Amino acid sequence: MSTLHTVNKSPFVNRTLESCLNHCKDGDAVLMIEDGVYGGLGGTAVSAIVAEKAGSVSIHVLTPDMEARGLSADRLLDGITCVGYDGFVELVTKHDRTQAWL
Amino acid sequence: MSDVKKFLYVNRKAPYGTIYALESLEVVLIGAAFDQDVSLAFLDDGVFQLTRDQNTDGIGVKNFSPTFRALGDYDVTRLYVEKESLDERGLTADDLQEIMYEDEDDDWAEKPAIRIVSRAEMTDIMAEQDVILSF
Amino acid sequence: MKIGVVISEGPYTHEAADTAYNFVKAALTAGHEVPRVFFYHDGVNVSTRLSVPPQDERHIQNNWTDLAREHGIDLVVCIAAAQRRGILDRNEAERQGKDTDNIAEGFRISGLGQLIEMGIQTDRLVMFGD
Repeated sequence: MSTLHTVNKSPFVNRTLESCLNHCKDGDAVLMIEDGVYGGLGGTAVSAIVAEKAGSVSIHVLTPDMEARGLSADRLLDGITCVGYDGFVELVTKHDRTQAWL
Repeated sequence: MSDVKKFLYVNRKAPYGTIYALESLEVVLIGAAFDQDVSLAFLDDGVFQLTRDQNTDGIGVKNFSPTFRALGDYDVTRLYVEKESLDERGLTADDLQEIMYEDEDDDWAEKPAIRIVSRAEMTDIMAEQDVILSF
Repeated sequence: MKIGVVISEGPYTHEAADTAYNFVKAALTAGHEVPRVFFYHDGVNVSTRLSVPPQDERHIQNNWTDLAREHGIDLVVCIAAAQRRGILDRNEAERQGKDTDNIAEGFRISGLGQLIEMGIQTDRLVMFGD
């Protein structure tokens, strides 16, 4: 049993991403959408806490939201996967529940 | 599959600044009629929803905090509050209002509905749910 | 799989209604069912038929109306949230003595019980909001 967590907040505005990561179990997935995609960038103030979780939790970024914001995949932390809306749907069905960190 | 699902209402926002806390409570009250297994989680700024002595006279907005004390009448008897979220905000359990319910399985003994849990326990509670509604 | 969707933030100000729309289209394309979308909080504002965005912008309400018609999606607007924010169907407009209704085709106003029922009857529930 596992959970898909969605995060749609920039980690530089509030601590939603941190709170989400603090409530993930091994085998869960995190999908960064909307302004949440900034949480996937390397070389930022939050990169370390994201990288630390990336081993036990799979972390994904929604490609269309990333591209809309002018970010390319090579700016992302190692180990983060890019998915489209089809990949979003797959993550929802693969995990037993979805928790939106609104 | 069982007809009863485990519903968790996750409250992470403070009251009054936005409407989410009030409209979350409205869902809980309506949802109670569906005989599901319901719990509420309060973490991050959501713990501020449960503080004592809320007085909204000065802002002209309805004070909905007394409604939490009626949840027991709707068979909503588990309000999980995360200890780390309280600590980070300089709060203790004494800063929260008393919310009691009558336990029908224990000769209607009055018991506190608020259960202070650790972050690790909250993580486990979230992972046991069928449906998570976030407000 | 049956997937239920909740939209709890208003259109145009927030991306939630757009993300939800793209997600639902992808879910349907993948062969899943989306029996209902529930609009709550400011999400109810998606359902006004009086929205007139510029020609070169997406029309969020029309997009939902079209998608619902094509795929038989039940678009439910929470009555309590709708009344606070001035979203009325014809019956409610008459009952409240208002001179017009404003709910768009394909949307219907109903109670919060529809949200709980969706949680019970679907395999997954996905929320979009702020």
